[in-house]
Amino acid sequence: MRNVILFIRRYLTFFTFLLLQILSLWFLYSYNKFQQAQFLQWANELTGQVNTRYKRVENFFVLGEENKRLHRVNDSLLNLLAQQYVHPDTTKRMVVDTIRQDSTRQTRRYYFRPASVIYNSTSGEKNYIQLDRGSLAGITENMSVLNADGSTVGIIVSVSPHFSQVMSLLHVRQKVNVALQKTGDFGTLEWDGADPSELLLKGLPKSVPVKVGDVVVSSRYSFNFPPGYPVGVVSGIVSDNSTNFYLLKVRPSARFNNLQHVFVVENLQYTEQSKLDEDTRKRIEDPKRNPR
Amino acid sequence: MREVIRNIVRFLLFLFIEIYVLDSIPHLHRFISPSLYFIFLLWLPFSIRPRLLLWIAFFTGLIVDYFMQSPGLHASACLVLAFIRPFLIGVLTPRDSTEFNYREPSAQSLLWAPYVIYITVLTFSYHTWLVFLEWLSFGSFGDFLIKTFASTAISLLLIITIELLFPRQLRYRTNVGG
Repeated sequence: MRNVILFIRRYLTFFTFLLLQILSLWFLYSYNKFQQAQFLQWANELTGQVNTRYKRVENFFVLGEENKRLHRVNDSLLNLLAQQYVHPDTTKRMVVDTIRQDSTRQTRRYYFRPASVIYNSTSGEKNYIQLDRGSLAGITENMSVLNADGSTVGIIVSVSPHFSQVMSLLHVRQKVNVALQKTGDFGTLEWDGADPSELLLKGLPKSVPVKVGDVVVSSRYSFNFPPGYPVGVVSGIVSDNSTNFYLLKVRPSARFNNLQHVFVVENLQYTEQSKLDEDTRKRIEDPKRNPR
Repeated sequence: MREVIRNIVRFLLFLFIEIYVLDSIPHLHRFISPSLYFIFLLWLPFSIRPRLLLWIAFFTGLIVDYFMQSPGLHASACLVLAFIRPFLIGVLTPRDSTEFNYREPSAQSLLWAPYVIYITVLTFSYHTWLVFLEWLSFGSFGDFLIKTFASTAISLLLIITIELLFPRQLRYRTNVGG
């Protein structure tokens, strides 16, 4: 016994090294579970505070560009105003009954919240963005994030009271349902971690006509993203004769190096949609309940 | 006491540069991701005990990790660096300690050739371990090799530039004062 203690004391430095190394590797490989833990939330709050202060200074230097971007959005919104349209037939007028009927009732599906980016990275293979709004501002997981000009940025993956973390499109585990603007055919957008200016669009059948320069938008079938917002532009077509699907290179519309003000978009029906989806899967695919 | 404050200021400075400069600028190439903050560990005094060095390295790495959203990655690499450092210093320092009484590793205290070996070996081991961990979850072996060497080279360039631009005041360790 005494020898064991002596042995441990002799190599105490080495054992400290081993212990700490195991601890850090545990942090590294149980990231997703650990993410939920209180400790990281606390760390998130702390780094968030520092990042907010720094961003406040940095924002001054890019105000010009941000103004231009906001101006463009305002411009596009002004064009949508009712007063910009004239009705050719003045004798006919449509009257909407003030009592709302079931058949005319509209359901609000998306809700936009503004937020600012306080930390951003594009250098790694798993890039996250930190926003200055958290659960206190009503932000929850699985909301989508659009840039100030409407281009898609990513999806919220974790939330603390004052801050939230976005999994950027530049993340090797990110998969987003997108569609071609021209034809409406959908595919999956991924990233291979190589070049931040090149996303990959897979799963689009070769029967669809695609040209370089075609615009890719968010799909109608996405649970997270509102449909029709620009994702990118097709910049290259990789020919592969072995499959019936395209492999397209897409240049993202959002400039990930220069994100400042973003919109967090909530799909108000997300819970209902995903629950229905899950229930269906369970019912059809569970072999015990449904022997065939 | 002065030594402690000096090192804390140094740590904060390098942390700031790492997070808001090196990690924010657009990269030269996807294979090149240089780091600088671990210079803080290279510059710690000779007199620091290996076990304390390990703990300092662990928390340094962990703080960087929390800013970069990758818990454990940099901590692990810093630990490797801190584990090798005492052995390397043992090999590179002159044998007779009467002539040798500088406080911390530098080009002046170790002389240029051994000092360059010192930073090269430590930078290389840091980057190898870091890229190795990334490679385990993602990427190919070719990428791993290129990334290690490219990042090490650029990091070394940065470290030597800093060494030449901001020479540290070196005082002999004396019995007078702290």
